[in-house]
Amino acid sequence: MNETILSVQDFRKVYGDFVAVDGINFQVQRGEIFGLLGPNGAGKTSTLECLEGIRRPDGGAMGIMNVAPDREPRKLRNLIGVQLQTSSLPANMRVDEAMRFFCAYHDVPPRYDLLERLGLKEKGHNQFRELSTGQQRRLALALAVAHKPPVVILDEPTAGLDVGSRTELHALMQELREGGASILLATHDMAEAEKMTDRVAILLHGKVVATGTPRELTATGSGFTKVSVRTDQSVLHHNNTAFPGVQQHLIKEDYAVYYSTDPGPTVTALLDYVAAQNDKLIDLRVERPSLEERFLEITNTGVAQ
Amino acid sequence: MTAFAQHFTFEFKTGLRNPNQLLLNYLFPLGFYALMGLVMTQINPGFKDTMIPAMAVFAIMASTILGLPSPLVESREAGIFRSFKINGVPALSILAIPVLTTIFHVLITSAIIVATATPLFKGVAPSDWGAFVLVALVTAFTCGALGALIGVISANSQATVLWSQLIFLPSMLIGGLMMPLSLLPKAVLPFSRLLPTSHAMQAFLGLAYDQTTTFNPVVSVVILLTSGVLAFGLAIYLFNWDSRNQARRGHPLMALLALAPFVVSIFLQ
Repeated sequence: MNETILSVQDFRKVYGDFVAVDGINFQVQRGEIFGLLGPNGAGKTSTLECLEGIRRPDGGAMGIMNVAPDREPRKLRNLIGVQLQTSSLPANMRVDEAMRFFCAYHDVPPRYDLLERLGLKEKGHNQFRELSTGQQRRLALALAVAHKPPVVILDEPTAGLDVGSRTELHALMQELREGGASILLATHDMAEAEKMTDRVAILLHGKVVATGTPRELTATGSGFTKVSVRTDQSVLHHNNTAFPGVQQHLIKEDYAVYYSTDPGPTVTALLDYVAAQNDKLIDLRVERPSLEERFLEITNTGVAQ
Repeated sequence: MTAFAQHFTFEFKTGLRNPNQLLLNYLFPLGFYALMGLVMTQINPGFKDTMIPAMAVFAIMASTILGLPSPLVESREAGIFRSFKINGVPALSILAIPVLTTIFHVLITSAIIVATATPLFKGVAPSDWGAFVLVALVTAFTCGALGALIGVISANSQATVLWSQLIFLPSMLIGGLMMPLSLLPKAVLPFSRLLPTSHAMQAFLGLAYDQTTTFNPVVSVVILLTSGVLAFGLAIYLFNWDSRNQARRGHPLMALLALAPFVVSIFLQ
């Protein structure tokens, strides 16, 4: 995963007096799923639209496999597959017709297998307007990857999907990654980003305020790690010992719950204490702050610590 | 199948599947033709002499000037053009293929009119079928290009109605469809020369019916063709992928250049 497939350098996009994106940088490596996170108006869509060749950057440089999207649109079209945030096809275009239509423009045979895989085989003769929102999004995804592009750009791909479709989409994303494709995923779903992405960039007011793996991001900041302990005799329930790193603690049902800034020493001290009191450990859970909590922290404060 | 063939087939089917397009391609022109055949031929028996070209031109106007612009605007507004651009569909195909398929629909409608007008309403058939087909194709191309241009420059669907009716309504009144241009007051004639229907009717009558015409029919064909080429070129130049239709290469008023040949025709003949 050391080959840079997609690069954004000092990218800037301006609409009149409004600076939508202000000099951002990030790279996506081959076979990587890269998440682009940020609240509404952070600059995600402007960034994606410039990468897709729909808009021109006002500054900086962008490249997808050394192709500049704004200058070489013909080269770009077979390098990227794009699922737009709002699926948009002609209302009367049938599902199988859409597959033939777009594959013809990419000069590849129609991928009916993708329609079957995404649960659209039975809908082959249905017109686009007759599909549910979820079916429209699955069709858009099938069309985006039908020509096996090396770079796939997904804008809120699971919005409006049921659990089964979401799972199938995630499996397809993993399969694409294993096949060597790079995926740029813009999403509001932090659980999805945490589960699926290798690295993320968080955009805020047109700037990248944090980059890293989800684990790196959740390991920083002021979020506490939650340590929950259940023992046979509940010795921790009536204990006021100050364990290292613990900022606060409470009793919740059968568990003693500790919020720690330094979970390693906290857990060690807790286990030592339980053993010293001749109590028996029944359950121990350590939960890192979620990406969602970290995201909210960053977007609320505007800084990544 | 090539991308062009796939796109052409899809657009052709759209002309039948989309209720609005089906209405403007077939139901409206054929319904109007039936009405005119039943009523107008009784009120004005002379209408039988020009009925076939007049109804063919009416069918062309309905399909192109009224029928083409709105789907273009709706597709742009819905973001369909963005999807097309991302997947490599060129602007030329987006504009040219609907024009071509509309010409196909128009030819089918015209063929129905030509085939039935004589047996049903005693409409007079052309004396030169080759000239008739040629003029029909040129008129359909020009009106198709103007329809595409209206779709490209219109900010929204309401604007397409305004621009389309600015051409369609005068064409019905002073474009030679309902009454010969020779019967129009002299003061109105220069205005009728600004309309594609006037030139189409003059070309049909002069070249396909061998009748005496108010304008030179060959010049009318040249005027139509020049305007069509200009309109299509401007449509490509001004075409905008953006669903918000804000960024484009030129001002929408540049589209008026497509009418320049008609303005010139006032001074030519």
